[in-house]
Amino acid sequence: MRAIDHTKNIIELENIFYSYDGIEEVLRNISFNIHKGDYLGIIGPNGGGKTTLLKIMLGLLPPTKGQVKLFGQPIRSFKDWYKIGYVPQKAAYFDASFPVNVEEVVSMGTYARRGLFHFSTKEDAEKVHKALEQVEMVPYKKRMVGDLSGGQQQRVFIARALAAEPEIIFLDEPTVGVDIKTQEQFYLLLQKLNKQLDLTLVLISHELDVVARETTEIACINRTLISYCTPKELIRAGGLENLYGKELKYILHNHGGLIA
Amino acid sequence: MLDLFSYSFIVRGFEAGIIVALIAPLIGMFLVLRRYSLIADTLSHVSLAGVAIGLFFHINPLLTAITTAVISSVAIERLRLSKRVYGESALAIFLSGSLAIAIVIISLAHGFNVDLFNYLFGSIVTVKQTDVYIIGSLGLFVLIAIVAFYKELVYLTFDEESAAVSGIPTRFINILLIVLAALTVSVAIPIVGVLLIAALIVIPVVTALQFRKSFAGTIVIAEFLSVFSVIAGIVVSFYLNLSSGGTIVLISLLLFLISLLITRL
Repeated sequence: MRAIDHTKNIIELENIFYSYDGIEEVLRNISFNIHKGDYLGIIGPNGGGKTTLLKIMLGLLPPTKGQVKLFGQPIRSFKDWYKIGYVPQKAAYFDASFPVNVEEVVSMGTYARRGLFHFSTKEDAEKVHKALEQVEMVPYKKRMVGDLSGGQQQRVFIARALAAEPEIIFLDEPTVGVDIKTQEQFYLLLQKLNKQLDLTLVLISHELDVVARETTEIACINRTLISYCTPKELIRAGGLENLYGKELKYILHNHGGLIA
Repeated sequence: MLDLFSYSFIVRGFEAGIIVALIAPLIGMFLVLRRYSLIADTLSHVSLAGVAIGLFFHINPLLTAITTAVISSVAIERLRLSKRVYGESALAIFLSGSLAIAIVIISLAHGFNVDLFNYLFGSIVTVKQTDVYIIGSLGLFVLIAIVAFYKELVYLTFDEESAAVSGIPTRFINILLIVLAALTVSVAIPIVGVLLIAALIVIPVVTALQFRKSFAGTIVIAEFLSVFSVIAGIVVSFYLNLSSGGTIVLISLLLFLISLLITRL
């Protein structure tokens, strides 16, 4: 496992607080950076604030307190959204009867670079094709997305993110509802993107075993940042219960992977 | 068939009808897929209040209908966004509220002549030459706006959150869609009438969805169904002396039933 590369910060979180209606505190004083080339896993129990933190990093929610910087710029003045890819959790549950084919979904990825009043070009079509090649879905170009399997749909959503030629991709619980074999192929694909294309990846998951096996850095969130380390350090730290508390111990017991 | 075109009101009806037939499914596609079909109904009732205001003050009712619908559409969207009421409740408030306004104005005027009936159920006889110009220019505006913002509208309809992350101004696009819906509904009133316009916006799209084609493919099918329904509806209503709005909607419903049968097989 390589050491954390501190050379270039892509995302900087400084003392992030978030509370709904100023009453219920969901996130407390979270600070960490995501560096270029990282494959960061964000883990934590359900309801621990992972998704809220993700939404703050994506600019979908403003933090109650604290600052987010994307590529060195404060999030409010950030304009280069094409640099940020997003594979939503919803991908696993989207409306199967929605009339859209694979090519149309992947094309959406090119919109961010185009801006308003610009029509798709030949260059965009090439980007779409390239993205489909990267996820090995070219033969499915004209197929309806609703007719594909869960794993294939997930690849289409990855391709959509890739078509924007981003520098970082956020994946929110991407393998929910996908069988084990498909999951393995999916994580192989993510490894390939991280290593061969130098893409920075942020994987949000409640499955600690998967995150520990796949990623190079782990941020554990339960309302606050409990730890930020490499998977090795996490194991070496021993006493996982001390680090994570009872809820995560429960997750560990249910998924096994790390303790063994 | 030729004698049909010797009547200038029929020619005007065709002109206005085909414009409406072209833009209705374009808007309908986005409304149906966003589970927002009811907005068409609400905006048509709001337009009725506009028609009543126009008839009362002797202004062109089409113009007052357009103005009221557009202003209300923005108000509905703001009310929905404020989250002080549920989205559907916002629609219900505007639907019944504007119907109440329409009825009060009508009773103030001690009833209008046959005109109002024509606006309720649609009649191509109502379409004046000025109306054709208004419908034509607004129809063109709606068409251009949809073409210009097509990719943003598609992305937002499919996945609003990802669209927002990719930097699409979702608030603006949402307001744009609802204003375009208001324009479409109000210009369609002379042809299909307040009570039936929602059908023309929704039914061809729902029919086209049965064929399970791509987004663009579905729009093309809906366009053909819509234009066919309007042309056939006007021709049939002329020869059988029926209400044009009702006939158009019945033909589009017939096409829907046929599509259910075909896609089942």
